[in-house]
Amino acid sequence: MDGDLLVIGEHKLTSRLVIGTGGAANLAVLERALVASGTELTTVAMRRADSEGGSGVLELLKRLGIRLLPNTAGCRTAAEAVLTAQLAREALETDLIKLEVHADDRTLLPDPFETLDAAERLTADGFTVLAYTNDDPVLALRLEEAGCAAVMPLGAPIGTGLGIRNPHNIELIVSRAGIPVILDAGIGTASDATLAMELGCDAVLLATAVTRASDPERMASAMRAAVTAGRLARGAGRIPQRFWAQASSPPR
Amino acid sequence: MEIQVNGQWREFPDEATVADVLEALGTATQGVAVALDGEVVRRGRWTDAVVAKGARLDILTAVQGG
Repeated sequence: MDGDLLVIGEHKLTSRLVIGTGGAANLAVLERALVASGTELTTVAMRRADSEGGSGVLELLKRLGIRLLPNTAGCRTAAEAVLTAQLAREALETDLIKLEVHADDRTLLPDPFETLDAAERLTADGFTVLAYTNDDPVLALRLEEAGCAAVMPLGAPIGTGLGIRNPHNIELIVSRAGIPVILDAGIGTASDATLAMELGCDAVLLATAVTRASDPERMASAMRAAVTAGRLARGAGRIPQRFWAQASSPPR
Repeated sequence: MEIQVNGQWREFPDEATVADVLEALGTATQGVAVALDGEVVRRGRWTDAVVAKGARLDILTAVQGG
């Protein structure tokens, strides 16, 4: 699929797999998984500089030539998310921001009101915003109208590995979106990633499914193949489902 | 004077700039960003941005996450 590029704002990517770096046991494991995944865009979080394990991940991503996608994870309000995004832009010299505003710690579900508010402010400030959102087709459209460069509906809550709980909503979002749709959160295994692409998503973002797998490197390879397979199948046009059998061998 | 750096009160000389504070703390200057009382201080302004007594300074960097 040469020339089949994922375009997010001004950014063009060959890989349709975005990896999150959270949860990896150490940087060596993370490096092998990132290389195996073929990813070109990878998330990092912004934290106080005195916290442990700071700069190593930046050096690793720079060495691998992987573009940074800072996120606003941990923010509860639009104001916090906007400040975090501005700090990320200053620290990392990128206009890309994965906007996420979580409503509470148990579900980590996105707060729709704060997310939309922050999206409007960040796009006005020149950011390329990728907005983490619920699997809500109406909100996805509103985020697009707010100027987001991509919407990232969840398959299921972060870290649950429950897969895509409402495939029809994901299809609805895809059917009306004029910007890339990136399935984010909830992926547990390769078939979930394939399904996301078969439903028409433009890319998949996942972290836990790889970083906390027993063999992260092997799971990263599986996810890479899964995304490619789903993309190919989507483009190939699947057969309609039938109730009764239809012989595939000629009648004698 | 005392200022609050990443949530902890610390003593710095009066008229200290953002650059002075970073140097005193030994913070790496690449890949970090600074907010003074909730407003980003651009890298180019670190040497002339004076931190007032009682100010809140947040120094952030990227870590594994997401």
